[in-house]
Amino acid sequence: MEKNKVDVKFILKIFLSFFKISPLSFGGGFAMIPIIEDEVVRKKEWVTKEQIIDIFAIIQSLPGAIAVNAASLVGYQIAGVFGAIAAFLGVILPTFAIMIVFGAMLITYQHNFFVQAALQGIRPVVVAMIASAGYKMSKVTIVDKTCLAITVVSILTLLMFKSLIFVVIVSGAVFGIGIVNFRGIQKQPKSQLKVSEPSYEISNGSK
Amino acid sequence: MNINMNIIESIFLAFSKLWIVIFGGGYAMLPLLQTEMQTHHWLSTSQLTDSIAVSAMAPGPIATNTAAIVGFKIAGVWGAVVASLAITVPSLLLILLVGKLLAKFQEHPNFKAAFYGLRPAIVGVIIFAAINFAVSNNIIGGPDILDIKSTILMGVAFMVLIRTKLHPMYLIVTAALIGIVFAML
Repeated sequence: MEKNKVDVKFILKIFLSFFKISPLSFGGGFAMIPIIEDEVVRKKEWVTKEQIIDIFAIIQSLPGAIAVNAASLVGYQIAGVFGAIAAFLGVILPTFAIMIVFGAMLITYQHNFFVQAALQGIRPVVVAMIASAGYKMSKVTIVDKTCLAITVVSILTLLMFKSLIFVVIVSGAVFGIGIVNFRGIQKQPKSQLKVSEPSYEISNGSK
Repeated sequence: MNINMNIIESIFLAFSKLWIVIFGGGYAMLPLLQTEMQTHHWLSTSQLTDSIAVSAMAPGPIATNTAAIVGFKIAGVWGAVVASLAITVPSLLLILLVGKLLAKFQEHPNFKAAFYGLRPAIVGVIIFAAINFAVSNNIIGGPDILDIKSTILMGVAFMVLIRTKLHPMYLIVTAALIGIVFAML
């Protein structure tokens, strides 16, 4: 009987942990990974170092925002369904609130002369950010000429037929299975996530 | 408050489609997001680009931030709520439904093989997104063929991003100041 009871206090603690982490992670979902590790492995000791490595390996192969997946799976592993929901809400609520404020500000001031001028300067940087994300991912993903060929064919296909996004992604996966089985050997792409990054120590403060 | 349920439903459908193509960061969803914005006449590409800039400056995942701000611009707070849930709840459901099996899937040779081909395809999608946004924002291929100032800014920003660990926020702020200076000259 005791085991089936939901530990409300523990669920609330999980929620608060992720609620606290989420607004601190500037630089996209990947930036949240070392912070989550620091919180749940070192500070709270809810999961072991080995478990978190497995969790990060699993979430890399799921669609969706990486930080949301990481939080949900950590929550699920430490406290089941309610743990997952608590971590999920904890991670999305603060950034949601921040975006509503930013969105309202953008709508209010978007026709302002200075804001217009600033946005004119910002747009090329956004394009550079997208391009650099592609470049950085290619560094760990394109491990041989076959991978390079897949990337090139994908770009060319999309330039000609923009609507074929799903086809390109599914074909990539199907082709991957085909070629690996055909070769009979398997080259594994390197992991995109490094569990311990240098920034880790900084976020860890006095330790 | 008057909520237009048709718009809310369209937002939900559009953003739940996006979830499936998010691999290796939120940028992979951009081409599809842009298509959805054009199909429904919700945001122009320059408005979408501005929203992405704000999303990148704020804390949190690019995908969920972009969903929240784009949803907000289309249909206010409820638009933001629906877009955010549509892009995140599938993750939660997947983990709740198959959480215990995920570790086993992960080890299956064909699963790994699929990712061997899928990841380079995603890289292609992201590079296409960059080309597409450069064109749609008239940085390349616009009325001037090549917008020199923007192209230089884009090139410098790209080099800084791949060579240094500088946070994109500083680049965005610098670019904003450059934009203001150029507009006043």
